[in-house]
Formats: sequence, C-alpha cells, structure tokens
Amino acid sequence: MVSTCSVDLNTVTDVRLARSRADLSALGPTVAPFAGGSALFGEPQAHLTGLVDLMTFDWPALTVTADGLEIAATCTLAELSRLPDQLGWQAHHVFFECCTYLLGSFKVWNVATVGGNISASLPAGPMTSLTAGLDGIALVWRADGSDERMPVTEFVTGNKSNALTTGDILRSLTIPLASLQSRVASRKIALSPLGRSGLVLLGRRAPDDTFVLTVSGGTVRPIQLRYPARPDAARLRDDVLAIDAWFTDPHGAADWRRAVSTVLAEEIRQELA
Amino acid sequence: MTFSVNGSPIEKTPRPGQVLRTFLRDNEHFEVKKGCDTGDCGACSVLVDGTPVHSCVFPAYRADGREVTTVAGLGTPDNLSPVQQHFVNAAGFQCGFCTAGMVVTASTLEGHEVHDLPRMLKGNLCRCTGYRAIHDALAGVANVVGSSLPVESSDAEAVDESTGDGTTISATGAAGHAPSAPRGVPAPGAPGAGPVLHTQPHAHGGGTAVLERTLPTTTGIRSVGRSQKSPAGSRIVSGKEPYTLDIAVAGLLHLVVLRSPHAHARIVSIDAAAAEALPGVVAVFTHADVPKTLFSSARHENRTDDPDDTLILDVVVRFVGQRVAFVVAESVGIAEAACRLLDVQYEVLPANFDPARAREAGVPLVHADKDAAASRIADPSTNLVAEMRGEYGSIAEGLARADVTVTGTWQTQRISASALETHGTIGWLDADARLVLRTSSQVPFLVQKELSRILDVDIDRIRVYTARVGGGFGGKQEIQTEDLVALAVLKTGRPVQYEMTRTDELTVVPCRHPMRSTVTLGATADGRLTAIDLTMLSDTGAYGNHGPGTMFHACGESISIYNAPNKRVNAECVYTNNMPSGAFRGYGLGQVIFAVESAMDDLALALDIDPFELRRINAVRADDPLVVTHVEGDDLSFAGSYGLDQCFDLAESALRRTNGVAAPEGAVWKVGEGVAAAMIATIPPRGHFAEASVTLALDGVYDLNFGTAEFGNGTSTVHAQIAAETLGTSPELLRIRQSDTDAVPYDTGAFGSAGTVVAGRAVLAAATALAEKLRETAEVLTGVPADEWMLGPDGLRTHNRLLPLTEVAAAGAAAARAELDTVTSIAITEGVASAEAELAGITATGRHAGDHRSIAFNVQAFRVAVNTDTGEVRILQSVQAADAGFVMNPEQCRGQVEGGVAQGIGTSMYEEIIVDEGVVSTSVLRSYHLPQMADVPLTEVYFTSTADDLGPYGAKSMSESPFNPVAPALANAIRRAIGVRPYELPLSRDRVWRLLQPADAVTIEAVRLPAD
Repeated sequence: MVSTCSVDLNTVTDVRLARSRADLSALGPTVAPFAGGSALFGEPQAHLTGLVDLMTFDWPALTVTADGLEIAATCTLAELSRLPDQLGWQAHHVFFECCTYLLGSFKVWNVATVGGNISASLPAGPMTSLTAGLDGIALVWRADGSDERMPVTEFVTGNKSNALTTGDILRSLTIPLASLQSRVASRKIALSPLGRSGLVLLGRRAPDDTFVLTVSGGTVRPIQLRYPARPDAARLRDDVLAIDAWFTDPHGAADWRRAVSTVLAEEIRQELA
Repeated sequence: MTFSVNGSPIEKTPRPGQVLRTFLRDNEHFEVKKGCDTGDCGACSVLVDGTPVHSCVFPAYRADGREVTTVAGLGTPDNLSPVQQHFVNAAGFQCGFCTAGMVVTASTLEGHEVHDLPRMLKGNLCRCTGYRAIHDALAGVANVVGSSLPVESSDAEAVDESTGDGTTISATGAAGHAPSAPRGVPAPGAPGAGPVLHTQPHAHGGGTAVLERTLPTTTGIRSVGRSQKSPAGSRIVSGKEPYTLDIAVAGLLHLVVLRSPHAHARIVSIDAAAAEALPGVVAVFTHADVPKTLFSSARHENRTDDPDDTLILDVVVRFVGQRVAFVVAESVGIAEAACRLLDVQYEVLPANFDPARAREAGVPLVHADKDAAASRIADPSTNLVAEMRGEYGSIAEGLARADVTVTGTWQTQRISASALETHGTIGWLDADARLVLRTSSQVPFLVQKELSRILDVDIDRIRVYTARVGGGFGGKQEIQTEDLVALAVLKTGRPVQYEMTRTDELTVVPCRHPMRSTVTLGATADGRLTAIDLTMLSDTGAYGNHGPGTMFHACGESISIYNAPNKRVNAECVYTNNMPSGAFRGYGLGQVIFAVESAMDDLALALDIDPFELRRINAVRADDPLVVTHVEGDDLSFAGSYGLDQCFDLAESALRRTNGVAAPEGAVWKVGEGVAAAMIATIPPRGHFAEASVTLALDGVYDLNFGTAEFGNGTSTVHAQIAAETLGTSPELLRIRQSDTDAVPYDTGAFGSAGTVVAGRAVLAAATALAEKLRETAEVLTGVPADEWMLGPDGLRTHNRLLPLTEVAAAGAAAARAELDTVTSIAITEGVASAEAELAGITATGRHAGDHRSIAFNVQAFRVAVNTDTGEVRILQSVQAADAGFVMNPEQCRGQVEGGVAQGIGTSMYEEIIVDEGVVSTSVLRSYHLPQMADVPLTEVYFTSTADDLGPYGAKSMSESPFNPVAPALANAIRRAIGVRPYELPLSRDRVWRLLQPADAVTIEAVRLPAD
C-alpha cells in the first residue's frame, strides 16, 4: 500500500480525444483507452500518464442490421436500456434487465458504456452477462490496425482479463438476429436485494429450440451450457454443478454460488418451457 | 474551457485527469459533496445538461460548453424548490451530508420512477436515517413543524401538531409511532418537568428568596415534545450548510499520508530527498519529525481511559495502512507524487492476526516496547490490553441448580462507521498566530486538550471547532487527522488541509471491535435464570483506542439486564496486527448482546417458554439492584423511568397484530419471529461535562452557545427547543453557535449518547437563569415585581403591558455599564447557572456534570421469511420499542431509532470488513455494502410512556441504543424460521444458506478473488 489516491488521476497529463483510428496510436503501457469513465475514475490509476477518450469517435450507439444488432462499445447503458421495442424481438426485455444488474445507479448508466463494462472483464459485469448470454460477437480493433471478431465468451478470459492487449480496443458487440428472436430469461442474485451481482444467469431458447444457459457473476468468466433442446432438470443441474470456475469474494462464497446457480437455472428452465 | 454552473459562466480549465466533483469544489461549489469517489454513494450528484451523473467519476473536461446544475441551483434557503421543501418538511435527513446528492437525484425522478425508489435511489446512500424519512420526503409527507409560534406566524410547511409528530403514515404504508407517542409536555411539577428555582441575593429584591412560583413563567409557547424541524434544514437541502471542508482558504496546502504495506515492520530508513526536491513540496514528516509523546487516538473525558500506545508517526508500524510518513504540498497531486518518491526500507517483523492466539507464548508482541504502567496496558508481554474478571455468587452452584443449560459461542465482525463525510481537518494560524483547527470531530474540546498535551502547546493557543459534521456514530471520537494538520500548520505557518478518502475510512480508520462471546445460561424449569456465564475476547487490533472502554461496556448492561443469583465474566481485549478497532454506536454492547440474547432464545426453546415471557421472568425490575459481577455503583439508577416492561408489551403486541405483510409463496420460504432486548446506561460513567450560555443580545435576539457538535444527532434542535421553551420563544428565532472551543468554556463531547441529557441540562440551566434575570431586569425597569412578568417571543408581558426584548437587553447593558448589575444564580438537578448583564446584553451560563446516570431500554422484534434454497432473508415486519423517557422531539427521536435499526440491519445482514493477513479487501463501497434504501424495511417505532428524573423534562438518551438489539432479534427470527442457530455475523445469504447444508457437505475447490 502506498498512499490511497484521491479521485483525480493526478498522474495523467494528457487526454487525447479520439476522432479516428489513428488516434489510438497514443495507447501504450501508461496510456489507457476509456469511454464513460465511471470505472476508470473510480479506482487509483497511478501508473497512467495519459488517456484516450473513445467517446469522441461518436460511433452510433445502436445499429440494427440484417444480421442483428450492433452495439457500439461506447453505447451507454442508458442508451441500451432505452432500446426501442419495435422490432418484435422476444429478447428485448433482457437488455433493460441486465442494465438493472449493474451495481451502479441509473446515473452511472448515463456514462457507463457496454464496451467499458465488458473490457473491465469483472465477473459481475452485466454487459458481459448480456452479450455472452446472447452469443454476442466482439469486434476488436487490434493495435496493428487489424480487426478481429470473437465470441464474447472468448473475449473475456478471466477475472479482469480478456483478449485485449496493449493498444487494442473493443469496437463493438454484435448480437445475432437469432438470439434477439429467442425467448430469454434472466436471473440475478446478490447478497443484498440490489447489491453487486453474485450470480447472473441467462437462459435462451432459440427458434430452432437450441437452449443455451450462460452462467456468469459467480464464475471467473462466463460459462455456457449449450443443448440442442431444452434439457431435463437433472441434466441441467448436473451440468451446472460440474462447472469448475466458481470463486469466492465479498459478494458471495463459491459453494453458495454453485448451489444457488442450480436453483436459478431450474427457474430459467421452467420459465422457458 | 467555458461551462456554466447554476447559470453562471465559469472560464477555467481543469487538469487533464481531474473529475468534475473536485473541479466544482475548486470553484467553491462546496455544495457538491464527496462521499466515496467511486460512483457508489451519490453525494456528489449533479446534473450535466439536465442529466444526473455522479460527478466523482465524470471527467471534468467533458463539462466544456455544458450547463452544470448542483443542488444550490435548484433552490435557495429562502426559495426552496418543491423537492427541497419536501426534504425539510419530512425531516428527510440527519447529518445532511448525503442530502445534496439525494435532492439532485430526486429532482430528476418523474412518473413511474417514484414508485421504483429503491432502484432509482440505490446510488444514493444515507448512513443516518434508515431511509424512511427520505421515502416520506419523496412522497410529500410532512413530519415536522417549523415553529412553535401560533400557526398564523409559523412557516408554510408547519403541519398539524396532532399528526405532525405522531401518526405519520409513510409512503410504504405502515404506521410510524405508537398510538401513545404524541404526548403532552409534563405538567409543571411532574417528575423531571423542570428546574428547581431559587436565586442568590440580588440588589433589587434584597435578602435570600426561594421563589414561590404561582404565575406562569412564559406565555405558554411549547417547544419541547414537538417535532420541531432542524434549524439547519433549509440550508442543508439547498447545499448552503457548510461542512468541515466547505470553505475556501487562500494558499491552502494539502497533506497526503504514506501508509505501511506491512502488518508489522520496523522502519529502517526513509530517504525523503527525492520527495523534498519535488517542486511544490513544502514539508515531509517522518517519525524523526514528530513529538515522542505517546497518546491514544481515542478521546474520553478522562484521558486515562485509553492506553497511551500511539505516536503520531512511529518507527514501528503495526498494521497494514498505518501512517509511515506524510507530505505537505501545494496540491494533492504533488503530495501524492512525493509520497511515491519516498524510499522507505522496512525490516518486516512477524505478525499475528488471530486474537485467539494473541496471548500464546511465542506469538508476536505488538507493544512489547511499552511500559505497562505508563501506557496503561494490562500486560504488553502477552498482548493483553485490558481484562475484566469477576464472579457474583457461584457459577458452579448456579449451573448445578439449573434444570436446563444452554451454551454457545458467537462471533461478530468488523464494521465501518462510514459516516458519509470522511474525516478531514483544515488548520491555519489566526491573526494572533494561534493554531485553529476546523475539523470533523465529535469531541473538539477533547481534541484541543490532547493536542495541547502531545504538541506541548498551551491550550489557549489552540482553537478547535467544528462546522456541521457529516455523520459520526463514534467514528469521530478519535484523533485521525487533527494531529497531522496541527504539525503541518505549525511547521509551515500556512493553512493545511487533510481529507481522508473512503478507502482510508474502510481500511485504516478504526472499526467496530470484533468480539467472540461464549455464553452459558442455566435456568430452572420455570424459566428462572440460575447462572449467566460470559467469556469474551475482543480484538482491538494494533492499537488500544477504545479497547478497554468497549470491553467493559460490552460486559455491563448486557449482563445486568437479567437477574441471576450467579454471574461470571471473563473478558479480554487483545492486540493483534489487524487494523485498529474503535468506537462505534453501541460501544461494544451490541456485540455481547448478540450472544446473550441469542442464548436467551436458545433457553426459551429449550424450556419451551415464549421468548418475551422468558425475558419478563428474568428482566431486572425497577427495584432490583444492577449486577454484573458486583452491584453497580450509586451513580446508576432507573431514575423513576423504568420502561422495559412497556417495551416488551409494545413490541409483542405489534408483532401479534402483525403488519399484514405475508411471506412470499412457496415451500422454500420459512417464517420465524425473533425478539431481543437491550439495556443501556444513558451516559458514560465517571463524568461528562457540558457548559452552555444564552445571551439576550442588544438586537433582542437570543444567542445560544453550546459545546456539542451537530452531526445528525439532532441535539442542536433539542437544545434550541429547550432554550425556547424556557424563554417563551420559538426555536427558529434563536441564533446558535456551537462546538467551538472559543464559544463555550467546555463540553466533553458528543458521544455516549450524552447530547440531550447532559448538554441539554446545561442549556436548560442557562436559559432558566437568563429567564429569571430578564424578569428581574424588568422589575428594575418598571417596578412591577419580577415574578409577574411572563416571557414571550417578542418581550416580557405582564397584565396588558409588553416590554420589548431590546429594551430589556438595553437596560441590562446600561446596568452593566453603570456597574450596578449583580449575578443571578440558580441550580437545577446536577446543574448550575448564573446570569449577569454585560455591555453586549444579558448572558447566562450554565453547566452540568453528568455524575448520575439513568437507564434506557430497547426491544426489537422481527418477523422474517427465509428462502431455504438461497439463504435470502426477507424482513416482513420490524418493530422497535424504545424507552426514551419524555420524547423531546418525536420525529427526530424516531429517526434516531430508525437509523440505529438500519445500521443494525447492515451489521446483521450485509456489512463486513474482510481482512486477510491484515490486508483489508473491502476497501471501497462496491465491496463494503452500506445499506441501500432497498435493504431497509420500515420499522414500527413505539415509545414508552416514561419520564426520567435526571434528563431535561424527563428525557433519556436515545441514539446509540436502538442499534443494540437488532442483530440478535434478527438471528433469533432466522433461527425460528429454519431451525438452525446462527453463530456468526453478518447473516449474509451465503452464510444462512450454509447453515442449512449438512455438516458433511462437500467443499469445492474455488479461487478467492480480491474485492472489486
């Protein structure tokens, strides 16, 4: 422990406002990208000397394409929570629900972004839960100028770790149309009624009957259980119990998380009957 | 850049990494508060182009070209916005530090959102109120009166007295007070109703006289017993009430502390050269630069209550986070950078974190270098700070006589007081080069006294004062910042500020003492206790501040509440290399009450006796002696106000009639009821002193001066009510100056629940003397005898004549000038006062010594539903009966009870400082869960009908004690619901779930993550 830092990032001497991809060249070990800032400014960052503000890219927050929904990394939770319900997507309700799973208040929604939440890669990140649960695809802008797409379940690799390396940023998340047209049920539990998530489970039953359960919040990375059709209770329970990525932290003990996951999974299974 | 704040343009450029909160405060918008700096508490909420944000995590440069609105932009004290007015009317605050952000956030809610308040306000934390009053504010419920004057001249928000203080229906639909709550002021002459009045010989009347008072002394305006609003209300809701750090000081330096990474280490060397060479650094302090006087950060009336084991900076660090050095610089950023440049070499020493091992041979000694007698440490060679051992009767015989015995060991956790305002001090030298400290403290006079000792500076050369303090709860009965600022000011000659962070509060500011209590009870088959045996171990951490006090308090009223012929206590308070423990609401008592009341529930189960009945059978009665391990001293008595029987009846009847809230459907939900009782002495033992003065100034306004700090305790309101009642005026007409070592001679401080019953008595004495003096002055002026004059808000009245207060004040001044005045003295119970005319008016000064203590009771009951699949506990009904004596201000007192219950629920269910090898992982509010609105149910609060002989007007203290019975009542309800006894706090969902698992349940391999 050195000194506990004040809220101002006093070591930061330069903030570059990104307007084009070339501006990302400033990124490096001591220069970090950020979007809303609610996570970055909420923690000491004494190793940083510079920042690159991604909000100034002015990417369109939400774009509906023939293939589904493209969510800019800089889309705020407030914008996402207001996603219009005009396209008949059965999964629509889960966007708002997952915003409520953020510990931060609705005022944090006004600045916190989808990409920022996923890039922080905390187990309790509800945007990770959401986009992983909907089989979202992350688009990464590599530092070398290349683009790379990967499932969110592969993007987040562990507690606070992900596929980004220095100089990379998360550009967008794409939710496939089939996911949006799926029936979806979500459950969240914390150690308090509206507390930081101890578990977030998303169940999805696709038009082709594919059943996907995504367990997050209580596992160091999102874990998916995938079935060609809705599994029976015993099978789902056994598979949840077989997950080996549980962890203990102040938001819940691993054994509790594991056991309660079976309860929530079964509730989801029944809701998606 | 250019932006505007509340309509006024500002042209200034923030630093690149600066957040909007600090930028606004740099521009003297002090209405924007700091609570957490992590976007969790909401105290810093502002609107940016109408959109609410947490300004602590909002980059300042993004405000460029935008309109920022703070709480001060929503309305002013004279022209409050509707939301602000509602917060005043509802008394929707206590300390008020969260209120600015709360009001800003509430101002944005519309339509359906007001029906989703727990979610909408989850990012606005209040540590004081328990949220009911905030709920009321948002529902437009009025709970207070603005004035004691007749309705036509009172404030617009005044509400009908009959509903204003009693039968409030809150937004969530349940009744607030007991039907018996709104009671009148005791009739004159009733026990505790007022002062015993006599005068010293004086020039006009001649001779010695005891006044036979047959005429009313005032025009009959009643202030006490009413839900008078806080004098600061309008300023608080509009952001205009300045707190500790809410002043602009030119040339201010900032102080940052380097803290230890090691739990136990000797500092071999500190190379400060690089730090000192950094431009903007003014001074660097290490252990070589500070006095070698040992002290305790804990402050009490009697400084020997706590061991002298602390140095401002020590060559040995004994816990992770202990001060190593500090830097004073032109900015926080420079001071932080300089701290990073300090090159410290440590010799790491072995450490012990387990209090149960603290006394074993070979365990690292934390204070082996101290002299036991000089430092008042029981045994430094075995890490023993203090111990208490005693036996009354014979435990062996008592247990042998028992038909049933129960036993168990209960463990409590570390809890952070976490007042919303972190500790902070600004210091400077005044025109006479005297050290002035404006600090966030409950005990400015004790800080002054101790700093004088540590720094070897004459006490007259130190002034300590507080502005309104943003919450305390015991956490500010400590020197945490003042010593550093004092040193920095004295060395640099410049003003210096030190502001602690929320992480400091959660990792290094002393926490509630964790205690392990083993309780064995024996009873006969008819439910009579034959033995109470308590063994308790308290972990004081690396320093002994409040260690002995909390240990003794913990083992006091928790045991003496029940009669048993045989009692035994074996208690130890030990050093470890954990963060220090300290004072927090309840002061140890709640920890042991958790054990005793859990054991009582086990006994009720074992005997198959109703838990209320078992307690009634064994409860100490008004004519019983109070016994822990011997009969308590003469200073403690029930003072005619025994109320435990009423508490049991009120709580039980509320539980029996239920509140109609049903358990969730489904077989997994199990329902149970639990009860627990708590007893507390009304004030600390061995003296608590207060002085107060009231002056009728030449402008005809009363100036009320008292020493007690206001940090949401509401005592300023009560003191104003007492003075107004005595002087026949209304509280809002008084000018108040308080908690300043320059304002009154002395006040021990605002702790031990002493605000109303000690300082209140000093105010009563002073006001009583002044009233008498004013009548005498009127007699001199008019020839009409003094006792024919009645005091009213505008002057003294007799028959059809009015003598304006200005004329009385002028007459007093004239008498003083002519040296014709003499002193009028009076005495009240344990208090004295004297009044005399001065050139500036007529002043009375009163003092009170809290030599005698009374007893108050609280009984908490819960009905809960427990989900056996998940461990979730839902509180269906929460009831607290409180024995507060005469209730001076029903709405405020209700708020104290509700706030205590809310902190009790936090302790019972959610809060825990998690320490691993001395390192605290719950270092931010994301991982240390302070109760949110969603977590706190409505509590039905019932007051007993009692009146105390000691407290003013029959009042008793009611601030710490509501906390104490909450955890065991909840644990007992859970036990009754699920059939398994909890032994550990908090009763978090994972712990409750685990209680239900078979003992041989498989443990799983899992990683442990740091808190985030």
